[in-house]
Amino acid sequence: MKFINLIKIAWKALLRNKTRALLTMLGIIIGIGSVIALVSIGQSSSLNINKEISAMGTNNITVMRRSQRQGGVNIGSGNVQSLKEKDVEAIKYGTPYISLVSPVVNASVQIVYGAQNWQGSIRGVNEEYLEINKFEIGLGTNFTEEDVQNSAKVCLIGTTVQENIFPNGENPLGQVIRLGKIPMKIVGVLESKGQNQMGMDQDDVVLAPYTTVQKRILAITYLHSISASAISEEATDQAVEDIENIIRKTHKIQPGAVDDFEVRTQKQMLEMMDSVMSVLTILLSAVAAISLLVGGIGIMNIMYVTVTERTREIGLRMAVGAKNSDILKQFLVESIILSIFGGVIGIIFGVLLAYAATYFLAWPFVVSVATMGVSFLVCAAIGVFFGWYPARKAANLDPINALRYE
Amino acid sequence: MTKTIIKVEKLSRVFTVGSEKVYALKGISFDITEGEFVSIMGTSGSGKSTLLNILGCLDKPTSGEYHIDDISIKDLSRDELSTIRNRKIGFVFQSYNLLPRTSAIENVELPLLYNGEISSNERRERAMYALEQVGLSERMHHTPNQLSGGQQQRVAIARALVNDPVLLLADEATGNLDTRTSYEIMTLFQELNQKGKTIAFVTHETDIAKFTGRTIMLRDGNIIKDELIQTQSAKNALAELPKQEDY
Repeated sequence: MKFINLIKIAWKALLRNKTRALLTMLGIIIGIGSVIALVSIGQSSSLNINKEISAMGTNNITVMRRSQRQGGVNIGSGNVQSLKEKDVEAIKYGTPYISLVSPVVNASVQIVYGAQNWQGSIRGVNEEYLEINKFEIGLGTNFTEEDVQNSAKVCLIGTTVQENIFPNGENPLGQVIRLGKIPMKIVGVLESKGQNQMGMDQDDVVLAPYTTVQKRILAITYLHSISASAISEEATDQAVEDIENIIRKTHKIQPGAVDDFEVRTQKQMLEMMDSVMSVLTILLSAVAAISLLVGGIGIMNIMYVTVTERTREIGLRMAVGAKNSDILKQFLVESIILSIFGGVIGIIFGVLLAYAATYFLAWPFVVSVATMGVSFLVCAAIGVFFGWYPARKAANLDPINALRYE
Repeated sequence: MTKTIIKVEKLSRVFTVGSEKVYALKGISFDITEGEFVSIMGTSGSGKSTLLNILGCLDKPTSGEYHIDDISIKDLSRDELSTIRNRKIGFVFQSYNLLPRTSAIENVELPLLYNGEISSNERRERAMYALEQVGLSERMHHTPNQLSGGQQQRVAIARALVNDPVLLLADEATGNLDTRTSYEIMTLFQELNQKGKTIAFVTHETDIAKFTGRTIMLRDGNIIKDELIQTQSAKNALAELPKQEDY
């Protein structure tokens, strides 16, 4: 029997029961569709994370305080006062792999201008911070090293802050705003950066010299963290190692003792986020794959029904000369057509779903041809696997009994 | 000298039901020569269905010989039997066994689909010729549910003729039809027989058997009668039937 005839016969048989064929395919459509959509959305998400993190600088390094035990009491990281200016100095001069370094102190303050006020956060940094964290000046200028030395009452504001305390579009440059009780002059406005990968608004910020924040607002002498930039992405690991050694020395941490600080890189963040996303994608795809399995069982079920229903037809075909293998092939082709059509419709459906999702999330849209190819092959395999037993049942029928089957 | 199409020698068929052995055929012998129109008769349980299955190469004898067109089927595999059925035999069943929702011409083409040597053009031509022989050229695109019982049986006969078999094997082919239509179908069989077709017609109706040329009577697995009979013309019988009343 010629292959083209097999396809024609199977096609006609399926057309005789359009609704049933469609419902049977639905299982495969939903299974393949959700696998394609989930894998594609997962890939979009990690691409998006990568994009955002490289926008922040992949050579970005943060030194953070770590919780410590004092006499068996965990005092939490908030009270650790070990990071000091001298650590910044030591990093600056102690390793060739660091190009920029800035102390960071954070404070939460009420920002007041005239009748407007805004609950915001102020970050005390030095003049290098903007470059380390890829901030751009939109209006005005950065504050200077001199401002930092003099604890000058100057600041830079983010666009979210600008919009909230200057709702009528006044020029903020040169205006004096109050941060808590301290009046400060706005010397610049930052370009908008949008949300970071955690969904936090990076424009809701006021930057000021760290000395000003330390002395005038918080009245502290320590730092909350240190932000630094390695000379290149490749040098990051070496820079991290150097920083750890330097700070251990300045903090006089004995070999084998626990560090009271922690060095994190954007690269690590990137890897962490990536692994979280890929675990999530794998889990969801596994759930989708189960629905694919259910779809396959649906095909098997319908094929069994079909074989029983068409017992007489099978008997007749055998009587007029069909070999067992002809009958086997006929029913296999039917189930493969079901699964492949379901698969193709599922792929289209999944791609559209992924496109819609990434469109609304404003993520880059990626669709992997490899995933589609694999899905297609999986569909064909499902057709063969789940069609095999019903087809074999049909092929093994005894023509004498099949012809007289009621 | 006419050719022997069917040669049956000491044919027996034993079924094992549980631990008991049932002898459906008990070593029967007969020949059918080319151009014969034979009716095989018997009540249910006489073994005629078993004989039909063996003649049709759907089943194999337990012992004894069966030759069709000089081919012994004793040692053939299931696939080889399929090929014999495909090339040598045309089946006509009581319940027509047409594929539903499939046109008459496609139903007739069916046996040729399983013959790889035949092109799709030749297939269509031969199917059209077969439908012509049974007088249904006009209805080749009708599906079975658009045809009467008699017409459906004609399509089934065309399907049996399409592979130009050495033996037409009819199994109670008039069993589902009324008297008039039965006579019409028998007229067709007689015409085909006059054109040289060898026909074996299994029936339990003596009324139908009288239109054949020879009767083989089975009872309990043995042939109790095998005789030539005076063939009656089905066409004349049809003419003698009372005119159909219009309701």
